[in-house]
Amino acid sequence: MGLGLETILVFVVFALLYAGLARGRARAWLLFGASVVAVYWLQPWLPIRYADFLLPTFTLTLTAGGWWLTRQPAEGRRWRLEPADWWALAALAGLILLMGMNRFLAPEWRLTPSRPPAPGLILAALAVTGVILAAVTPLLAGPKRWWTLTGGILVIVAIFVVLKTPALSQAAAAWWRSHTGQNPALASPSDLGWLGFSYVSFRIIHTLRDRQTGLLPDLGLQEYVAYVIFFPAFIAGPIDRAERFQKDWRALPGLRGLDAARLSEGGARILTGMFKKFVIADTLALGMSLTPDLAQQTHSALGLWALLYGYAFRLYFDFAGYTDIAIGVGLLLGVRLPENFKRPYLKTNITTFWQSWHVTLSDWARFYIFSPLSRSLLRRKPRPNPKLIVFLGLMATMLTIGLWHGIAWTFVIWGAWHGLGLFAHKMWSDRTRKWYRNLTKRPWQKRAWTLFAWFVTFQFVVLGWVWFLLPDPALAARTFLRLFGLGW
Amino acid sequence: MRLPSPLSTFFQSATWRWVGRVLLKTAVIFVALNLLFAWAYPMEALGKLSLYNLVWPGRLRLPYGEDPAKDYNLSLYNVPAMFHSHTLMQDKAADEFRVLVIGDSATWGWFLQNKDALSGRLNAGGYRTEGGKRLIFYNLGYPVMSLTKDLMLLDEAMRYQPDLILWPVTLESFARSRQLDHPLLQNNPQRVRRLIAAYHLDLAPNDPRFVDPGFLQRSIVGQRRELANLMRLQSLGLAWGATGIDQDIHADIPLRKTDLEDDLSWKDLQKPVTLDEQILVFDVLAAGVTRAGDIPVLIVNEPMFISDGENSDIRYNSFYPRWAYDQYRTLLAARAQANGWDYLDLWDSIPPDQFTDTPVHLTPAGEQMLADILGPEVVQRAQ
Repeated sequence: MGLGLETILVFVVFALLYAGLARGRARAWLLFGASVVAVYWLQPWLPIRYADFLLPTFTLTLTAGGWWLTRQPAEGRRWRLEPADWWALAALAGLILLMGMNRFLAPEWRLTPSRPPAPGLILAALAVTGVILAAVTPLLAGPKRWWTLTGGILVIVAIFVVLKTPALSQAAAAWWRSHTGQNPALASPSDLGWLGFSYVSFRIIHTLRDRQTGLLPDLGLQEYVAYVIFFPAFIAGPIDRAERFQKDWRALPGLRGLDAARLSEGGARILTGMFKKFVIADTLALGMSLTPDLAQQTHSALGLWALLYGYAFRLYFDFAGYTDIAIGVGLLLGVRLPENFKRPYLKTNITTFWQSWHVTLSDWARFYIFSPLSRSLLRRKPRPNPKLIVFLGLMATMLTIGLWHGIAWTFVIWGAWHGLGLFAHKMWSDRTRKWYRNLTKRPWQKRAWTLFAWFVTFQFVVLGWVWFLLPDPALAARTFLRLFGLGW
Repeated sequence: MRLPSPLSTFFQSATWRWVGRVLLKTAVIFVALNLLFAWAYPMEALGKLSLYNLVWPGRLRLPYGEDPAKDYNLSLYNVPAMFHSHTLMQDKAADEFRVLVIGDSATWGWFLQNKDALSGRLNAGGYRTEGGKRLIFYNLGYPVMSLTKDLMLLDEAMRYQPDLILWPVTLESFARSRQLDHPLLQNNPQRVRRLIAAYHLDLAPNDPRFVDPGFLQRSIVGQRRELANLMRLQSLGLAWGATGIDQDIHADIPLRKTDLEDDLSWKDLQKPVTLDEQILVFDVLAAGVTRAGDIPVLIVNEPMFISDGENSDIRYNSFYPRWAYDQYRTLLAARAQANGWDYLDLWDSIPPDQFTDTPVHLTPAGEQMLADILGPEVVQRAQ
């Protein structure tokens, strides 16, 4: 079950019923419960037995683990939970078990993509999670905590690497298949289609890292889980920040249920998003945007350029449409998710492009890659050349963003392409700042320059999509050359 | 709730009264547009709006596709849209002798690139009339075996200045009981009924399968799928133009059966009977020739696979038992002679190894052989 029309309709109906009927603290509980159920309901069917139940369950246990590692109990109360957390823990475990009861329903009535495992297995999974968390609890006090949190981050990164590396995910799928009595030879990376993990992992890493640096506010289990798996943003983001989410979450009880301003804005965002996604993007998807097949079949550079532009707009409208829908549903529910796109294709340099394209991911990478790395390099003795610091910071940031999409050479090249572009722009803008400031006195020249800068930026971004889109580096390189009339 | 965006600034003073007014106005406009659309029902006019031959190159055969994402093509029922995506819509050059090739999937070129389909091979021949005009062959085949479908497309094609019609036919297209089986015909009831009435065809004008949209079905909402198909046809033009592909041709084409069932049936007939006008639609064929008027029509009994495998004494191939096909050939030749139709019988002109998945689909080499026979025949008539 992806984010199709049917899913959006269910989201909207739920959100309207919620806005109209839910009151006070019931709102948070409803959203918490709906988000947990949605983790299972949205997960597509997977060929490995029980994988499409167990992976959503792992999402929830990892989230609970993230909360356990990041919570800030008073000294000596590490083993004690607040009543609200007990309730949230009971609700979480209860909902997981309840979803497991879908095993006893006819397929057409199930909220899970296939028949869940026996309740005993689910209980065992929950018990194992409890044992692991109990085992690490002594490591959460004192100086060991920093290392435990680092360990938590590394575990998530390791899972991420396995899932995003086709060879590793195939090997993991084969291993899993060998334990379910299925043929390991049929394993494929898509066997581990773990919905939402890319976003969930970055949210959990954010909380673990911010706990290390002391920036994370104290979050109850209910709001932590809701933050990580908030259902409108579960599939395609945006990657909110916990402290921002918490403010809206805590304001839910006092929210006006049927607020015309909020609901009409949410509705307008959903309609805008649906138009972008289902009308523009889906139309472009059918024969008007580059695909790996079309890259091989197209017989002219002009055709390739047209299809590449089509892909650029399709990608934007598809992703921005999903974001609009997520923000719109969030608004209906009383949570204002952050903006992810701010007219990126109209920007006149690559730096502002990255401040307006998938903003929450770039912000995440800036907070957790660029800034710490730059700070660390600045502290080195002897201090490296400032240009080298900027270069390494930008390259590391963009390579991370590239690899977040998948561990493949094409994503590395795409990340490096943008890293180099950002570095080149930084060098250029440092040298031309004075000249550019003087342009304000010559409005026509400034306009012409702005148009030229927009054109160059847009072409740069569009050319980068060749590496993003095509999975085979050789095909991507050939396509890239063909765009310039070479290699036909 | 913080940080208002420009949109939230716009909505921040919204009241339910304002929302109600907006929704009411939207609903009124929506209903009015739908009613207006249903009243005007401009689907045929919309079908004529096309980027083909303007932004994208015109298609070399009529749109048909079972998997649009791979074929860069799709099937739709809007006849003007089908024609307006075709190169036929380009202006006729002064030195052009325009030959329209109508027929079934064998003419359309199933599992064949455009250059290998019959029209492609004929165009590659570079034929000219005695007067020096270039013979340009237009592929107006469509993968449906029904002479009524051929007649409907011929009726539309006659607007586009043909100089000669080449009409390959086969027995499969003659079965009266199957004429209206395809949705292309069922979704064009007005066109088919007009032909039935104009040429007194022995077909049911009130066939229950005809799709006659009621008033609400003629609205934008009712026609949403057809409207989406019009848009998809236009959007697929870029991939078509960039690749020249309009059919996903599998690497491993399944071969027609050589060993046949011990089966005498053909269509609804379980055992041999005497074929006649009640069973075969010679009236539709005659209507086509009449519709062409002064434009010469060359009717061709298209080549078919002749098996020498098991039970080939009973059947020629998986389509035809010998009793039915032999009668059909005799009847067609007799009708052609009686009516003065220009007729060529090429039923056994192509070797069996040149057929692909069905008894009438040819390999590129087979199409070349057929074109080598038909080209001079057409030139001879194109004076």
